[in-house]
Amino acid sequence: MKARIKFSKTGSMRFIGHLDVMRYFQKAFRRGHIPVSYSQGYSPHQLMSFTSPLGIGLSSDAEYMDIELDECPEPESMVERMNQTMNEEIRVKDFLLLPEDAKPSMAMLAACDYLIAGKPDHMSQFQDIGKTQKLLEGLLSQEEILIRKKTKRSEKVVNIRLNIYCASTSREVFERHTGGSYASLSIDQKEYPPILYCQLTAGSVVNIKPELLMEALCREAGIEYDPLAYQIHRLEMYGDQYGKKGEVHLLNGEAPCLLVPLSKYR
Amino acid sequence: MRKLALRDEILLKIEKPARYIGNEINMVVKDPEQVDIRFAMCFPDVYEIGMSHLGIQILYDMFNQREDVYCERVYSPWVDLDQIMRKEGIPLFALESQDPVRDFDFLGITLQYEMCYTNILQILDLSQIPLKAADRTREHPFVIGGGPCSYNPEPIADFFDMFYIGEGETVYGQLLDTYKEWKASGRERVEYLKQAAQIPGIYVPQFYDPEYYPDGTLKSFAPNIPEAPEHVVKQVELDMSDTFYPEKPLVPYIKVTQDRVVLEIQRGCIRGCRFCQAGMLYRPIRPRGLEFLKKRAIQMLESTGQDEISLSSLSSSDYKELQELVYWLINEFTDKGINISLPSLRIDAFSLDVMSKIQDVRKSSLTFAPEAGSQRMRDMINKGLTEEAILGGAKEAFRGGWNRVKLYFMLGLPGETWEDIEGIAVLSDKIAREYYTIPKEERNGKVQIVTSTSIFVPKPFTPFQWSRMNSMEEAEEKRNFLLDKVRSQRHGRSIKYNCHDADVSVLEGVFARGDRRLCDVILQAYRSGCFYDSWNEFFHYSRWQKAFADHGLTMEFYIGRERGEDELFPWDFIDIGVTKEFLLREYHNAQEEKTTPNCRAQCSGCGAARFGGGVCMEVRTNESQD
Repeated sequence: MKARIKFSKTGSMRFIGHLDVMRYFQKAFRRGHIPVSYSQGYSPHQLMSFTSPLGIGLSSDAEYMDIELDECPEPESMVERMNQTMNEEIRVKDFLLLPEDAKPSMAMLAACDYLIAGKPDHMSQFQDIGKTQKLLEGLLSQEEILIRKKTKRSEKVVNIRLNIYCASTSREVFERHTGGSYASLSIDQKEYPPILYCQLTAGSVVNIKPELLMEALCREAGIEYDPLAYQIHRLEMYGDQYGKKGEVHLLNGEAPCLLVPLSKYR
Repeated sequence: MRKLALRDEILLKIEKPARYIGNEINMVVKDPEQVDIRFAMCFPDVYEIGMSHLGIQILYDMFNQREDVYCERVYSPWVDLDQIMRKEGIPLFALESQDPVRDFDFLGITLQYEMCYTNILQILDLSQIPLKAADRTREHPFVIGGGPCSYNPEPIADFFDMFYIGEGETVYGQLLDTYKEWKASGRERVEYLKQAAQIPGIYVPQFYDPEYYPDGTLKSFAPNIPEAPEHVVKQVELDMSDTFYPEKPLVPYIKVTQDRVVLEIQRGCIRGCRFCQAGMLYRPIRPRGLEFLKKRAIQMLESTGQDEISLSSLSSSDYKELQELVYWLINEFTDKGINISLPSLRIDAFSLDVMSKIQDVRKSSLTFAPEAGSQRMRDMINKGLTEEAILGGAKEAFRGGWNRVKLYFMLGLPGETWEDIEGIAVLSDKIAREYYTIPKEERNGKVQIVTSTSIFVPKPFTPFQWSRMNSMEEAEEKRNFLLDKVRSQRHGRSIKYNCHDADVSVLEGVFARGDRRLCDVILQAYRSGCFYDSWNEFFHYSRWQKAFADHGLTMEFYIGRERGEDELFPWDFIDIGVTKEFLLREYHNAQEEKTTPNCRAQCSGCGAARFGGGVCMEVRTNESQD
């Protein structure tokens, strides 16, 4: 039996790396007597897979993992049961059973929503929302936004313009575009004042980190990009209803693309 | 949102930021404003090591059961963060509240090994607490030491306000109650120390003065105020089944050294190995009741979600109800995906049966700790393991499918000859030969033997506390000799030989039996950049050499001489129950290669019976005479 879990990760838990989050959940499932299935063999492990886990330091209201269950007698009570074993900074927000033929969420991931906020001890000029919106519009009006993208193996210049599906300093505008509702978040918006919201291509083939957009915006503003000055907070992850494994369909591109939040994607 | 002591940008710059954020599952949360006493409990090493220590988990739980106390944890910041904290003047903080340690009432530091001594100074320094107790005022926390190294606290005496000698379960309550009264009274700092000194087990170094003979040995060691007792008596918890033991141990996020639930089945040991300090310090052996252990096993696994439980004791095979406990654990937990780990088990039919049930034979290895290579030497150290038993156990295991064996020995034991050392290579080879006596079709590939030696360090309160320790040169010569002998054995290529670094061991030996004059040596070494000495990459032997020379002291004095039988030792003021007369008798027995029976077979009158508990009160039966 397959199930998908959506959870938030904030505060001090931002500094817990992905492997440790996995270990955290393994223990939480045992504490909560969640009947997660085990692999066979001499050292059995729980069957779980995470969707595009966050890097250290980032926070999120929408992390996803798929798990395999032996049984699931009361799916309605699962969120509550799991939260009894969670700490305050990792909370389960959603639990849904998947059909047996459901594709793994990582394979279907097509886009993510992010909030980029200021850090308490790094007040930047982007706090002037009016100015930032103008800068952002200026940036988005360009046909090409070239940025140096570093991976473990290589470094190359890419054009990320078409991968920015939406970017705005206005939450309302962003919500209208994405269909999300981001007024109440697990990140403290007084301490981390919002700068902008964005929706970017994500997935195993092309993955655009919000840091790249911020870097481009800094260039536009003529200031140096300081990665430590911004808090990045993930708001949602989407699957592409028409997506195929190993292919990237851009939103509003030639191939059809329909983004659906992973918590509603079956 | 939880407040953190370190800014995001620091946490993002350093290795493993999870070491410093706390918030682990089962962490105790209290409002610091609502308690009378804030206690910072410190293990002076990196988080992953400190979090693996059972003693702190027991005390953490015990302290926090009191409503008027909030006990929090502190570990040594790793070198990367250490540098940042010094540069920016960030005070060391406790993990729970993230508040500076300097604002606490107590800083308790556990002393598990000698090589952590410079890390104690790092902790005090980063906390911005004066390093020497004499320089502290009413504004500073009381710094209290405990754990095995507090049985010779003299080399670090200047840095502590007091030491708790013995097991924490007994008089901490009294110590804290007295503190509350003193705090409310507004009296001088020294007044509290005077009261503490009258609590059994509490040693306040500033109330004692050592005097030395011209040759450097101790002339006298006596209290300088009437309130301080001449002897400090070790504290012993007598009822091991009705005492503090956590039901909800902390669950770290990052992988720590002991990443499992630990069940201490008994405290103490009946064996009386003459090199072993723990075997003497924790006398008499006191088992915990089976029902108590079962209950805690269930509670701890339930509350942590850990996937492994480990039994802990100095010699698990001596726990009388071990079979019942182990088979119960297997029945209860193995089908729930929980591993059971059983260290310090004698290899026999029972342990082989258990091991074949709980682990993959092909992947696991057998461990023997003969400690010495010849029977003569094993008799000297009173290690009751015979060659017959080792070879018999190995053969059984080989038949059961094992093909890997780990062997632990010591080099430099008192009275050791070249023949004894060669015996290590010979015994390793005999085990390999044993493997090849079983038919080829029953074997599981080649045999692999890993033989490790450590350098023997004489410790206080052992029969070898009078013995001389090998110098670095001697240790190295023996090591090379043994390496050569291992290689020339018939199965030499199946034997891998590992050995410890001699320079660290030498320093450990000096601290183990050192005196108060070493405080300034340790201070200077620390000032010249020594800390994390137990980590090879940070150990600077030459800085230590200079610190000794600058203070007109030699390491030779502390380790390089056979001590006189009438010599007064810096730790003699501590009364561990086991008497100096008994230890001397055992020292002589060692020289005469005479063995002493274990506590269950026959009482040898060590002195621990005065506590009136454990094995000393058991009725002896014939079956325990093995």
